[in-house]
Amino acid sequence: MTNENTLKSSGEKVFLTKGITRTYQMGEVQVHALRGIDLELYAGEFSVILGLSGSGKSTLLNILGGLDIPTTGQVFYKELELSHATEEQLTNYRRHHVGFVFQFYNLIPSLTALENISVVTEIADDPMKPEYALELVGLTDRMNHFPAQLSGGQQQRVAIARAIAKNPAVLLCDEPTGALDIETGVTVLETLNRVNQELGTTISVITHNASISDMAHRVIYLNDGQISSIKQNDIRKTPHELSW
Amino acid sequence: MKTLDRKIFRELWMIRGQVIAIALVVACGLSTVIMSYSTLESLQQTREQYYQEYGFAHVFASLKRAPNTLLERIAQIPGVDKVVSRVLAPARISLKDFVEPIQGLLVSVDFQSISNPDSLNRIYLREGRMPKTTTSAEKMSQSNQKIEIIINEAFAQPHDLHPGDQIKIIVNGHEKQLIIVGIALSPEFIYQIAPGSIIPDFSRYGVIWMEDKILEEAYDMDGAFNDLSIKHRSDIQSHVIIEKLNVILKPYGGLGAYDRSLQVSHQFLSEEFKQLDGMGRTFSMIFLSVTIILLNMVVGRIIASQRDIIASLKAFGYSNWAIGFHYSKLIVLIVMVGIVFGVLSGLFLGKNLALLYMDYYRLPFLDYQLQVGTILYSISITLIVTLLGALFSVRKATQLQPAEAMRPEIPQRYSITFIERLGLKKYLSQSSRMILRHFERHPLKAFMSVFGTAFACAIMIVGTFFMDAMNYMMDIEFNRSHREDLMVTFVNPLSYKAVYELRNLDGVLQVEPYRSVAVKMQSGSRSHRTAIQGFMPDNRLYQVLDTKNRVVKIPESGILLTEFLAKKLNVTSGDMIEIEFLEGKHQDQQVQVAGVSNQYIGLSGYMNINSLNHLLQEDSLISGAYLTIEKGHSEKSSNEISEHFFEQTQLKSMPQIAGVSEKKSLIDSFQKTVGDFMLTYIVFITVLSVAIAFGVIYNNTRITLSERSRELASLRVLGYTQSEIAYILLGELAIITFFAIPVGVLIGYWMSYGFILGIQQDLFRIPLIINLQTYIFSVLVVIGSAVISGLFVQRKLNQIDLVSVLKVKE
Ligand SMILES: Nc1ncnc2c1ncn2[C@@H]1O[C@H](COP(=O)(O)OP(=O)(O)OP(=O)(O)O)[C@@H](O)[C@H]1O
Ligand SMILES: [Mg+2]
Repeated sequence: MTNENTLKSSGEKVFLTKGITRTYQMGEVQVHALRGIDLELYAGEFSVILGLSGSGKSTLLNILGGLDIPTTGQVFYKELELSHATEEQLTNYRRHHVGFVFQFYNLIPSLTALENISVVTEIADDPMKPEYALELVGLTDRMNHFPAQLSGGQQQRVAIARAIAKNPAVLLCDEPTGALDIETGVTVLETLNRVNQELGTTISVITHNASISDMAHRVIYLNDGQISSIKQNDIRKTPHELSW
Repeated sequence: MKTLDRKIFRELWMIRGQVIAIALVVACGLSTVIMSYSTLESLQQTREQYYQEYGFAHVFASLKRAPNTLLERIAQIPGVDKVVSRVLAPARISLKDFVEPIQGLLVSVDFQSISNPDSLNRIYLREGRMPKTTTSAEKMSQSNQKIEIIINEAFAQPHDLHPGDQIKIIVNGHEKQLIIVGIALSPEFIYQIAPGSIIPDFSRYGVIWMEDKILEEAYDMDGAFNDLSIKHRSDIQSHVIIEKLNVILKPYGGLGAYDRSLQVSHQFLSEEFKQLDGMGRTFSMIFLSVTIILLNMVVGRIIASQRDIIASLKAFGYSNWAIGFHYSKLIVLIVMVGIVFGVLSGLFLGKNLALLYMDYYRLPFLDYQLQVGTILYSISITLIVTLLGALFSVRKATQLQPAEAMRPEIPQRYSITFIERLGLKKYLSQSSRMILRHFERHPLKAFMSVFGTAFACAIMIVGTFFMDAMNYMMDIEFNRSHREDLMVTFVNPLSYKAVYELRNLDGVLQVEPYRSVAVKMQSGSRSHRTAIQGFMPDNRLYQVLDTKNRVVKIPESGILLTEFLAKKLNVTSGDMIEIEFLEGKHQDQQVQVAGVSNQYIGLSGYMNINSLNHLLQEDSLISGAYLTIEKGHSEKSSNEISEHFFEQTQLKSMPQIAGVSEKKSLIDSFQKTVGDFMLTYIVFITVLSVAIAFGVIYNNTRITLSERSRELASLRVLGYTQSEIAYILLGELAIITFFAIPVGVLIGYWMSYGFILGIQQDLFRIPLIINLQTYIFSVLVVIGSAVISGLFVQRKLNQIDLVSVLKVKE
């Protein structure tokens, strides 16, 4: 199945970044994680961020997700300027608009798989049932397991279910398939694809797996804190067609 | 139930060991407060009720002699509700198997009206019955009949006297045979203490209630009285009545009326309550603040360990408030467990302590007070401060950007440690190096652990040093200051000749006279009622000590004041104070303060006996004398000698002797009463301190374990053995304990100093003396707690599930 990419022209801008940088002070040394990023992401767009380890992918995604603030530059989510938002606006933004899959899953160890999802759906506007979200990632039978009783890949799937369960407008995933085998990886990616197509959710996925980029509308290449290039896929592959 | 609430209960269950330890600390802190306050409040309330129900008078007056007809005039003083007149007579009591002299106080009572609810200073019968009132017919044949009397329980108990027993007294030079029909208590003699003493000696002072007609006759007081008790309306102040009363009584040898605050029993009791209050308050303050500090540290670390969870919650869109609320609930629940136990055990301990006091003071009943106010207050303080601390820790976590908080904490600095740089590296194993690096990289955590353990050590010291201080105080007072064997008190001041009489008695080695005069000292608006002791300049048997406990010579002129009294009057060496003599000619005099002295028990002034008599405008009179007697050599024990001495004073009829106190028995009596009593309180406090110390150390250990379990599990996976990782953790604990001990000793010392400042008052001032044993005991408790906690932790460490620890990023 192929897909015409018409989003860029018709879609409204969801994210807009203007020259954002992010530096970390490490004692005497400064680490420049981002060195001036100008980027636009569009409504309903499925984008993939590619880059070497340490190139600043997570940093960028965290800033888009309102989990971090750029050192300089501006980030907008629609009309909201995240770079200068109040604590309350940020909380509100995170609660009602973004679903996030963390690189290290960050499940709460004292809660079961299902409860880890409920923690999020309980405060969302129009969430799916947590059980359904688990079903989407194929973990219904692990509902009552604690994170320590799940495999790494299962934990990652719970983290994905947690992110999609609140039906967010944007879904930001930091290496959602890193710990998954092909089969499960494909299932997860299909879920993401479905969410993207059926609900029009804007999705941005970080990955090391270049082949995943074939299913994106756009691929953003990061190198040493800068965008080195952006590739537009005129033809998107489905997850099944991806060659791992 | 909300999912987050479920998280709370799960986590409480997971850290249950810690929850119990925290609860233990909180419970002990609160127990101390509740125990101390409820005990005191109960005692005060009981005394108040006792006074009410048994008609304790408001105003008291002693005089030489006045006719009963005067009562009408006194009753007419506006505001006076009830006047009761009576005769008080000093007596000497002799018991069959007790050769030492016993001071007695005969109190005349109208046994017919004493049971009226409106009569004053009523007595509470513990045993037996009231004496039968004699009719005039019986009075004729009274001489060959035994007089029925009631004696007070405090005196009856040590001598095992019961209704039906007989005793002999000498009153007014005549011997009388008495039969006990009842044992009683009275609001007037709750604290039963012989005039002039500062320590009660129950077996050597007895109160005897006797029918008024009989006593009046025996004491040549027919139709007259020498003592008054007055109850007045509550809207009138006592001093208004006192002024009017003094005018009326003056011609009859009135010695100055006084209100409850100067009534001996009330005064001593109030002083003791003050002492108890001071102790309770100070212990409460120290314990509660330490509890709260420790609680905050523990809570802070628990929250810090959830830094990344907080970040995730934030990332999901939970507001800072919602997160704060979540952790508040967690903390409140933990603290609540402690609060519940604290309140329960505080009430339980308080009740038992109050019952002990009830026995000690021989109160007829106990009105146990549930201190709702205090309980709520201490609970709120604990909760509020802990919550604030918890919120502070939460805030620290929420202030971070979630992205940052989710990464593992970045080590502050990477460096090889100082010790390694010193070139000791080759002596250190890899594990030892890991311990040292951990300290260097987490100085704050290490500091908190050291600080927490130090507080545990400190609280042990404060909780237990008190006995050392008491013993030291006793030693200074009774061995350094008082060097006599016996102290003789005369009924009235005698001429110097009495010294020779005493010296002539068998077995007496040294005799040194003293003069003691009741005075009111005044300086500006400050005043204090006490006694001035006059001594011979070359006095050896009673030594005045300076603030470094060195012997000071009594100055030729001027007065030495107890340091605390000088502070109270706000005077120093060289200042003039005004002295109003409360006996003799009652004149006022100015005296210069010649210096200050140290004295732990009581407050007084010291003067040269001659200049004191000179000020009094009297010839050389003495109030009594200090004696030493021959120490028992081969055939006679010192006991026998003192017994012999008492026999002589009785036989040779030295009626002027009101009482003889034997230092040894005074110390015994002190230790049996006050000492034992303090001991009980101290035992309670010690148990609480041990519990707190253990709770703190255990918590510290558990937190360290949870903070490091991931790292240690990784090491296990890398091939370290169980005992190697145990070495890392336990080594860390050992080092923490090692550094905490000196810090704790210092903190303990300063807290003890604060403690004695908090409780010093007129009756006692406790010196800051901490014996080596106390330090050793405290340190041992700390080390013991550390070892036990270490064993617990080691067991946990052995059970660590390597895989699951590593699988989940905490
Ligand atoms: N909190 C921080 N403090 C210091 N440096 C940081 C911090 N977070 C990230 N960095 C640094 O910023 C750079 C970019 O990090 P980032 O996590 O964005 O990389 P990434 O592209 O996601 O890498 P990976 O693919 O390995 O996840 C790295 O050099 C990293 O060391
Ligand atoms: Mg990354």
